Amino acid sequence: MAESKKELLTRAIFQRNPIALLVLGICSALAVTGSMSTALVMSVCLTLVVACSSLTISLVRNQIPTTVRIGIQITVIATLVILVDQILKAFFYDLAKQLSIYVGLIITNCIVMGRAEGFAMSNPPGKAFVDGIGNGLGYGFIMLTVAFFRELLGSGSLFGHRLLNLTANGGWYEANGLMLLPASAFFIIALIIWLLRTLQPAQQEKD
Amino acid sequence: MIHYLEIIFTALFIENLVLSFFLGMCTFLAISKQVKTAMGLGLAVLIIQIITVPINNLIYNHLLKADALAWAGQPGLDLTFLGLLIYIGVIAAVVQILEMFLDRFMPALYNSLGIYLPLLTVNCAILGASLFMVERDYNFGESVAYGIGAGAGFMLAVVALAGIREKLEYANPPKGLKGLGLTFVAAGLMALAFMGVAGFAF
Repeated sequence: MAESKKELLTRAIFQRNPIALLVLGICSALAVTGSMSTALVMSVCLTLVVACSSLTISLVRNQIPTTVRIGIQITVIATLVILVDQILKAFFYDLAKQLSIYVGLIITNCIVMGRAEGFAMSNPPGKAFVDGIGNGLGYGFIMLTVAFFRELLGSGSLFGHRLLNLTANGGWYEANGLMLLPASAFFIIALIIWLLRTLQPAQQEKD
Repeated sequence: MIHYLEIIFTALFIENLVLSFFLGMCTFLAISKQVKTAMGLGLAVLIIQIITVPINNLIYNHLLKADALAWAGQPGLDLTFLGLLIYIGVIAAVVQILEMFLDRFMPALYNSLGIYLPLLTVNCAILGASLFMVERDYNFGESVAYGIGAGAGFMLAVVALAGIREKLEYANPPKGLKGLGLTFVAAGLMALAFMGVAGFAF
């Protein structure tokens, strides 16, 4: 790994995006993208958890016996997720209710495990932390893009602020109900993947 | 009785973990290239759901819930915040035990499930089912029904997608859309089709 920290940070967002290229961590990515605010909160939570878990695991990486490493990683991650979950419930109760079980599911988010196993176990703490932030941002980038289209087209608003005047209120924009359904997230991600892979032909799948 | 059938039916079609809650996506997309392997994966998920959801239900109701430890002289103790850590521990343990049990007594099934078993520890659908069970406050009987419905729902979705993908191999899409992109579109259309069943909502 001869990459500088800056490269680690930016590459994870575009060239090596965890969602679009590696198909990791999409489980929760799709479910909470109905509105910008939940997507933003989810991205922030995930970035914090990935960065902190990578840092912690990297700090103790030389003490972890390889046979039980998965168990130790899960314990570190689960503890961090419980912290985030409790903080959300204490200070942002409404958001915590909206996110329902998806905050808890950060534990089984493959991005977190993937970075812990694939990067933090073999790299010094500083680098692991930056790598965690980068991957969190890459995840957030896709989340916010999907949420942007779903909220704008589905309910004519962004972060709950009305931008397009709906026909229901005497305006001109007919809300697209499909965008509010979970299925629309599949189509938007497919389009994002198409776009990224057209811009970077190296990522296209061979026969 | 009808109440339990209702829970199974709802979990199977209307609130399918994969197609309407997006859980277990990673495995769903990664291991759906062939119908045969998809069957193996679906079966593994079904077995694990049927075991872990009721176990986590017992643990939640008798150890973690507020006042659940009153019999041990600890009234007012609320351990629900430990839930996540414990559910994932239970799931990991069940997967491990099931793997050893199958290896010893049913080698044929063990070989056909192969690598999917250990992977399931980090499958969001498994943890998700336990979390939904807690959130909806199911009792023991309901949790058994929910485990069956959730597991069978995953199996149904993954086998159906594998069938579609086998046919898609012969399609000739734009290069950038090939593979993953096209799979997303197919999964999206499947999700839409499943929405149609929601009309049966009780």
